[in-house]
Amino acid sequence: AFLLTFLSAIIMLIFICFCVHFQNTAGQFFSSGHTNNWAVLVCTSRFWFNYRHVANTLSVYRSVKRLGIPDSHIVLMLADDMACNHRNPKPATVFSHRNMELNVYGDDVEVDYRGYEVTVENFLRVLTGRLPPSTPRSKRLLSDDRSNILIYLTGHGGNGFLKFQDSEEISNVELADAFEQMWQKRRYNELLFIIDTCQGASMYERFYSPNIMALASSQVGEDSLSHQPDLAIGVHLMDRYTFYLLEFLEDIHPASKSNMNDLFKVCPKSQCVSTPGHRTDLFLRDPGSVLITDFFGSVRKVEITMEAIHLTDPILQLEDGPMSEEVQEKTYSYVDQLPVSEIIHQKPKQKDWHPPDGFILGLWTLILLVFFKTYGIKHLKHIF
Amino acid sequence: TLVARSLLANDFQEELVIRPLHSGDIYASFQFRTLWETDFMRENKVSHYRLFPKSLGQVISKFSVRELHISFTQGYWRTMQWGQPFLPSPPGAELWVWFQDSVTDVDAAWKELTNVLSGIFCASLNFIDSTNTVQPSASFKPLGIVNETDHRFLRYATLPREIVCTENLTPWKKLLPCGSKAGLAVLLKSEKLFHSSFFSQTVHIRPVCQDRECKTTSWELRQTLNVVFDLHTSGQGKREWSLFKMFSRTLTEACPLASSSKIYIDVTDNPQEEYFELSPATPLLSQAVVLGDRRTFSVYDLTQQLFKSVSDLLPAGSMLRPLLHAERYVAGYGLQTGEIHTVMYNNHPFRSFPVLLLDSVPWYLRLYIHTLTVTSKGKDNTPSYIHYQPSKDRMRPHLLEMLVQLPPHSVTEVTVQFERALLKWTEYTPDPNHGFYVGSSVISALVPSSVAMDTNITQEQPLFSSFFPCKEESSYFVRVYTEPLLVNLPTPDFSMPYNVICLTCTVVAVGYGSLYNLLTRSFQIEEPNPRLAKKIANFIRRIRGVPLLS
Repeated sequence: AFLLTFLSAIIMLIFICFCVHFQNTAGQFFSSGHTNNWAVLVCTSRFWFNYRHVANTLSVYRSVKRLGIPDSHIVLMLADDMACNHRNPKPATVFSHRNMELNVYGDDVEVDYRGYEVTVENFLRVLTGRLPPSTPRSKRLLSDDRSNILIYLTGHGGNGFLKFQDSEEISNVELADAFEQMWQKRRYNELLFIIDTCQGASMYERFYSPNIMALASSQVGEDSLSHQPDLAIGVHLMDRYTFYLLEFLEDIHPASKSNMNDLFKVCPKSQCVSTPGHRTDLFLRDPGSVLITDFFGSVRKVEITMEAIHLTDPILQLEDGPMSEEVQEKTYSYVDQLPVSEIIHQKPKQKDWHPPDGFILGLWTLILLVFFKTYGIKHLKHIF
Repeated sequence: TLVARSLLANDFQEELVIRPLHSGDIYASFQFRTLWETDFMRENKVSHYRLFPKSLGQVISKFSVRELHISFTQGYWRTMQWGQPFLPSPPGAELWVWFQDSVTDVDAAWKELTNVLSGIFCASLNFIDSTNTVQPSASFKPLGIVNETDHRFLRYATLPREIVCTENLTPWKKLLPCGSKAGLAVLLKSEKLFHSSFFSQTVHIRPVCQDRECKTTSWELRQTLNVVFDLHTSGQGKREWSLFKMFSRTLTEACPLASSSKIYIDVTDNPQEEYFELSPATPLLSQAVVLGDRRTFSVYDLTQQLFKSVSDLLPAGSMLRPLLHAERYVAGYGLQTGEIHTVMYNNHPFRSFPVLLLDSVPWYLRLYIHTLTVTSKGKDNTPSYIHYQPSKDRMRPHLLEMLVQLPPHSVTEVTVQFERALLKWTEYTPDPNHGFYVGSSVISALVPSSVAMDTNITQEQPLFSSFFPCKEESSYFVRVYTEPLLVNLPTPDFSMPYNVICLTCTVVAVGYGSLYNLLTRSFQIEEPNPRLAKKIANFIRRIRGVPLLS
């Protein structure tokens, strides 16, 4: 009997431990506070020799898509076209590994801003949401205050600035102000900012809005280096930091539990030659408790409810309008594509009448003034 | 009967035409056509879409579009080597739209439409604005059913610089009812399609007649994809091609939503199977008159059997010489002036025919229209109709439309001189030394045909021969695009502002700094620091209370 009670006590204990464990995982499941994920991936360099920047951006795009963020939630900006560039020996491909192992361009890519559209103004407008009303949805960042946003920038940079398309720059102050605008307008819950340029750490020095975590590939005064050239394509394929970042992300799957501390360890100085840096002082949660999939993946949250939900009546399929049964008397026809006689005898288009513009009005006023000055105002009654 | 009628009203057909060209290339043309009898313009919006893609249906109803034609092309169609294409398209992106008569502000609708299309097709169509849009007065007549044509509702724009890549093909494939999962669209893989000499994807929406009587109309959506593969450079040593070699995919099944799914192989040059043989062989042959020529095709119906390959292909016979083709180039030297030459060739031995030339030149090339000359065979050839709309700086491009009669077997040359403008420094692109593009000229013509064309508008015609409506039997309509031009504009040195600022600031600093120093600096005599031994001696003396050394 004593043995039985002892055994039952042990079973009860194990059961209670299990329950607590479930509650812990359930608690962790709802602890991060975000409901949707967005990604803004920007490559800022033009010209064929900057192939590696496009490959960097596309490899992050590929990882982010693989981990669950859909195309409608990704704003991809590529400043130049490398895949269908005439210098590319294998068109419609962008490789990240030597010997053409991995085509990061893929078959299902949707580039939202491309070519000349990638400018500092468009980038800041996308972040702050101040776009012209006719901008299509795929080009907008429609985030809310429960969105976790991943922002990835790559290109050529310097101390405090990032070069866009060889013709303009964005400074770290502008970027910090843009993030503050986003915070004021409640456009993000948490933001992860990754930058892979030379002296990248200078870009996150000026941030002052809460809930931002930043990673950079090199410190101020250091250059980020590229990884490896491919002799068949003729250019360097990837930058070191993003190459090792891609390798790290290939091991992540949507249910993995890796956290930010593992991300900070990517590409130590021995592999990267530059020293990657990170900044977490603005972030409220402890980086060790932040999952990689909080930013790179799109984990769907499920809410369990016990209430009954009333559905509406089943929708009846509408007929395509009443088909008129009587025979139409009117016969339609195609138009002559090149009606020569009609064209030759075409009346010239009636130009719309515009009121005379300022120059003509001013000229006539001057003439009238000179006339009346010379000959006196008493001649006015003869005119009218 | 109502059910049967609504089924007939929504129809999808797909077709692939493969034609070996005489230069050794293979021309493959995919056509996907969706017909739908519905009214987009009525008040209660259409909400149940089956085969017709919803995104395009919403575009049609929201912007009151009557006809929409958009094409994305990479490469230039070489008419002399390849003959005439089934559907012509200029390099880059081209968009022309006829709006309904009920639209009050056509320009605003056009601007919004280009933005929406840029989102649908992932292209930079939002760069289409008033500086590259024109309103042709005689070209681009509607290809569909219409009551009357008022050219105020027509807009035309090209973006010759637009790149076509996988990101444009992906949304285009998603518009098809079966997507890229079944049917002929399975073959569309970007790695092979873009490794070609010519690639073009288009979308055409227009209202068409449903049957021969033409009492009712339905909306037709045609998606076409034309590609020319150069089998020599893609490593095909043996003259043997198959669908797998061309597209790196094989056909699995016909699209279940398609009412017909056919492949046509052009065997006109191979009547007795002496030059190439098809595998699997088919006895089904059909003849069609297309582009003024009667061609024989082997037909494979995908719902019954699958097509695989052709072996031992040799170019043979003589190609029907294209009767009309055109070239365009810039002459002159230097960065100030130049001359645009458009050359049109009429290769018909005894017939002359009129052509309509449409030229749209950006405002930064200032055309001198008084230097416009049209010469044929060395003599002046006055056009019977000229419409010229001058450009407005930064607002409107030049528009020149001319109806020219081309004499038989002749070369007609149109020349006009221009001057290059200096742009404001913010208007230059990030790579201005690449040059600036001038869109292709469009030449529309009714070319006399040696074979009687079919004027019946029936559904049984294959899709590739029934695109342009045919009104008379003795001629067919053709549209030829010239090359786009690339001109260099005088480009400033963009680092000069930085250089000027550095130099000026240095000069000012050195000059003003020296002057300031001279005026305000005063000199004072200072005791030198005593040496260490003297310091220690003074320290001991201070302790002793004895006077210090000097």
